[in-house]
Formats: sequence, structure tokens, C-alpha cells
Amino acid sequence: MNETVAETNKDAAASSGGISLRRAEVVVALFFLAIAGMVLWDSVRLGFRWGEDGPEAGYFPFYIGLFIGLSSLYTLYQALTAAATGALFVERHLLKQVLAVLLPAAVYVLGIQFVGIYLASAIYIAGFMMWLGHYPAIKSVIISVVVSAAMFMMFEIWFQVPLFKGEFNPLSVIGY
Amino acid sequence: MDEITALFHGFTVALTPFNVLLMFIGVVLGVLIGVLPGLGGANGIAILLPLTFTMPPTSAVIMLSCIYWGALFGGAITSILFNIPGEPWSVATTFDGYPMAQQGRAGEALATAFTSSFVGAFFAVVMITFLAPLVARFALKFGPPEFFAVFFLTFCSFIGMGKEPPAKIVAAMMLGFALAAVGIDTVTGQLRLIFGWHELMRGFDFLIAVIGLFGIGEILLSMEEGLSFSGKAARIDTRVVIDTWKKLPRYWMTSLRSCVIGCWMGITPGGATPASFMSYGIAKRMSPDGARFGTGMPEGVIAPETAAHAAGTAALLPMLALGIPGSPTAAVLLGGLLIWGLQPGPLLFVEQKDFVWGLIASMYLGNIAGLIIVLTCVPLFAAILRIPFSIIAPVIIVICAVGAYTVHNAMLDIWFMLLFGVLGYAFKKLSYPLAPLVLALVLGDQAESAFRQAMLISQGSITVFFSNTLVSSIMGLALLSLFWPLVSRQWAMWRGHA
Repeated sequence: MNETVAETNKDAAASSGGISLRRAEVVVALFFLAIAGMVLWDSVRLGFRWGEDGPEAGYFPFYIGLFIGLSSLYTLYQALTAAATGALFVERHLLKQVLAVLLPAAVYVLGIQFVGIYLASAIYIAGFMMWLGHYPAIKSVIISVVVSAAMFMMFEIWFQVPLFKGEFNPLSVIGY
Repeated sequence: MDEITALFHGFTVALTPFNVLLMFIGVVLGVLIGVLPGLGGANGIAILLPLTFTMPPTSAVIMLSCIYWGALFGGAITSILFNIPGEPWSVATTFDGYPMAQQGRAGEALATAFTSSFVGAFFAVVMITFLAPLVARFALKFGPPEFFAVFFLTFCSFIGMGKEPPAKIVAAMMLGFALAAVGIDTVTGQLRLIFGWHELMRGFDFLIAVIGLFGIGEILLSMEEGLSFSGKAARIDTRVVIDTWKKLPRYWMTSLRSCVIGCWMGITPGGATPASFMSYGIAKRMSPDGARFGTGMPEGVIAPETAAHAAGTAALLPMLALGIPGSPTAAVLLGGLLIWGLQPGPLLFVEQKDFVWGLIASMYLGNIAGLIIVLTCVPLFAAILRIPFSIIAPVIIVICAVGAYTVHNAMLDIWFMLLFGVLGYAFKKLSYPLAPLVLALVLGDQAESAFRQAMLISQGSITVFFSNTLVSSIMGLALLSLFWPLVSRQWAMWRGHA
């Protein structure tokens, strides 16, 4: 009993400085288990046995799901029973740095959805430079516009590969 | 000597001015990719793939494979000058390369690395020239059970040879198979694993996975390391190169051994990264100066670089001859060939002679072009590394997003790329390997249909995989490599007792 308390404390101590390695292991193993569940569920729906004319559509995926499930159960078991080391998956200040890239990247993708790749990219690069790189606004805007314009020239004009213009295509004013 | 004739014919295919231009462009792009964080051989080629759709297939694949050679060369630059491996296979190069640079021998270290890379790649290309047609001719006899056995061998060797925990390798690999199964089942035409979401009907393209897992994942990891580039300046002049070349023949044994290790690890899907470590380890044990490794020994640069390049090149042999790539980058090249309607495998050598031999000839020429470019342009590439990370990072993410979009012109793919990026970050940190995931995603459909056809032949009995000597020996080899860690431990114990 005391041991479990000590372990929880250790985990708590670890989590105060970031995400503990154990928690990350457990979350990822659970993610795999969820995938396994989905794959098995759909394989059973499709039929995973031997049909009249050969293996049914769920035959192969069924075993795939089974292997994902078994291997991640083992990983989960190992993560839960291993002695708490207090090791960290990521420290808090580092997690902040990672999120400082990831969250704007998500906003950027959302931006592409609405205003298209060229405009969203220009805004994203300029924002990144100003916010994380502390560059002066003018320099950031110049670089980001040059990059976006170069992309536009390369894809739309030289290679003739049209890129996504967004649901409210802002480039329609110049005929694209 | 048919091969020699065919190869010379290949040179006439590859040596048009347009193709030579593409070779140089490819190598420069490749070195850039190798030097920049977040862009590597696999995802760099994945991103550039759509740009080659309008070219003739031979030219396109020449350019793509030259990007690959360039990326292999580029990894060494960052390792030696900045102590930051640009690619995983150049980690071992930092051990002795960076100390050499610190002692003011950066030029010598780089010249050694580039020359060794060239030697390794050249050795592997010669091997491909003579071995690939043989393997292909042999594989013409393969039926579905044999093909499935070869797939099985590929995936078993990942589990047996991998450094990661086996349960994690299995989980990652099977995730790849599950993702490959999403969409329309090619045999029954039923929709699988889409849960009513019809945009998933197309399935998951492995190019999206590669761009996300390797590209975005890598950027997120680099953020943690807080990249501050503080590298040694380097200049290579002719004198340094000639002085280095004079010294290199002394280490011929290390070179030869590393070539063999690299070729072996490249054909079996061990890949360039383990090959470089293994070669470094063995060189350290065998060399009379072994104890001084890590302090700036040229041999410590020769061994990993030669093996990494030999492996990276040899990985193309099973891709061309069997249609089974030995590395994620070879898988991306395979994806490209499929898009141009070229089905790699034994028949390619019969039906598309021009293409195959043009490609093999371009491997010789591309490596020569690569050597010339890296030896002359090091200061330029080193300067690129001095561009601050807060400019490079968003530009790379933009490039990844564009690359993901152009695969199918689908906005949804950009979201998937981001998702794969997060997965790639978590998987890397928890040592789930990415290479088997990607290969399973690429080969999933083929492996499944080989399996189902084999089962149809035998009416559902798995004895079909042991029905003749050929298929049983491949299966036996596969099982041996699957349980290799157990077998070798038992062997060591038995030896200890005897």
C-alpha cells in the first residue's frame, strides 16, 4: 500500500515538471488499443472467416487488429508495472516550445482551409518570425511575401500545379 | 556479360544533356534536404514527387534518385561541422568527424566523409549491376506464396534486428498495415475501416504519412533541442582533397569491410542507420587505434559513412528486383514508379530494359555528380545552416503542407499530415520505430493480396507456405530472423558452457 502511495507521489512529482514518461507510454498504448478495437470491430462486421469463394474482406485486418491489441496490451502492462523512475517524456518548458510550434501550425492549416495556401503561408511565416524569432515586422513581412510569391511562381506558373486557394479564395481578384 | 552491354546502353539513355542537368539539380536539392532539419531523404522526395509528374519517367526517377544521393552526402556536412546529424545515419559520423573539425581538420574530415560515401555507394551500385538481374530472373519463378514469404522475411527482420522493444515494433508495423487496409478492398470491392467517412475511401497515402512522421515530427523534436547552430567554418581546397586521398588507401580494409556490412544491411531491411553504427563498432574493435576512436580518427569517419552509403544504395536492389523496398526512401521511390505505371519487380527487368538500365547507369553518374558538388560547394551549404531556425522552421512546415496537398490535391491530407506529425513526435520519443510503419503502409495491400492468393491456392491452409523448398527456406529464414535475439542468446550461452 505504502509503495503505491510513494509511486503516485513520484508520478505527481514528475508531472509537476512536465509529462511523465509512464503517462506518455500509457496514453500511446491506449491509443493503439483504441485502433485495435476499431480494426477488430470493422473486421468482424465485414466477416473475418473463410467465405464461399475464399477469405472474406475482414480476414487479413482481423489478425492485424489482433496483433496491435496484443502488442500494445503488453506495452501497457510493462508501463504500468515498471518501477516508477520519475523519468520525463517532456519537460514543461520544452513542452511549451513544442506547443509554440504545433498550435500555430494547426491554426495555419485551418487558415489554409479558408484563405488558401499562399496567403496563409505568408501570414504564418511572418507571424512565426515576429513572435518566436523576435524579428522586426518589416523584415518578417518582406521575407514571408518573397517566399509565398516564389511558391506562387513555381507552382502556378512554371509547373502548372494549382495549389489550394481556400474556401474564400482571396486570389480570385487577380484571376486565379 | 549481358549486364555490361545493358549498362552501356543504360549510359546512352542516362547521358542526355537534360538528364545530366537534372542530376545536378537533384544532387543540389538532395544536399539541401540533407542539411536542413525536418527534411530528409524520404519526405524530401515525397514532397518533390509531384513536381516530376510532367517529366518522362526515366528523367524523373534519375532526378529523384539523385536527390537521394544528395541527401546521403548532406547528412555528413552537419555532423562534422555542427555536431548535429542532419540524418539519422550520420549520427555515428559525429563521433570522430566533429572532433576532427574542432582540431581544425574540418576540410580533411569532410573530404574523407565524401570520398568514403562515394566508395560505399559505388561498391553497392556495382553489386546492383550484377546481382539485381540475377535476383529478378530468379524471382520470375515466384508465385503468391513465395512473394508473401519475402514480405514476411522483410517484416520479420525488422522485429528481430530492430533496437526498439519488439512489442513496439510489432505495434508500429501493424498500425501501418491497418492504415493500408483503409479504403476499398481490392479483392471484394467492399469498403473497409472508413466508418462511414467517405473521404477516407481513397485510403491513407503513405506519402502523407512520410511527410508528417518524418517532416513535422522532426521539426517538433528539433524545437526541444533548441537548435542553436554554432558550427566550424570549413573550406575545402584541392590541396586538402589530394592530401586526404593520399592517406585514404591505407584504410582499404576498413572501407571494404564497411562496404560489405552496408550492402548486407541495405538488402535485408536493416537500413543505413544500423549499418553505420555496426560498421563504426566493428572498425573500433578491429583497428589497432581502436582506443583512440572518438578523438578524431579518420577511420571513425570512413567506417560509418561508407556503410551508410552502401546500405542506402543497396536498399534499391530489392526495390527494383522484387518490388520490395529496403528503406522508407526506397519505398517513396517505389511509390513514384507506381505512379508512372511502372510496377517494380522481376518483370521490370524484362519489360522496361531502357528504364532499369538507365536508372542503374544514373546511379554511377549521380554519385560522381554528387561527389563533385559536395567537394566544391561545402561553404555554400554550411552558410544555409546559419539561417536562423525561426525562419527555416516555418518555411519547412509550409513546404510540408504544400507537399502533402499536391499528392492528391486534397485539403484533408494536410490535416492528416499534422496528425502524423504529432504521432511521429510521440513515437520517436517513446522509441516506436517509424520505418516498419511506413513500409507496412506501402506494402500492406500487396502483402495482403499475396497472402490471400496463396490461401486461395491452398483453400485456407497455411501449409502452403511450406509446400516447396524455395518457399520453406524463405519462411525458415524469416522465422530465424524473427527469433534472432533468442537464438543468438542461446548460442552464446551454449558457447559459454562448451
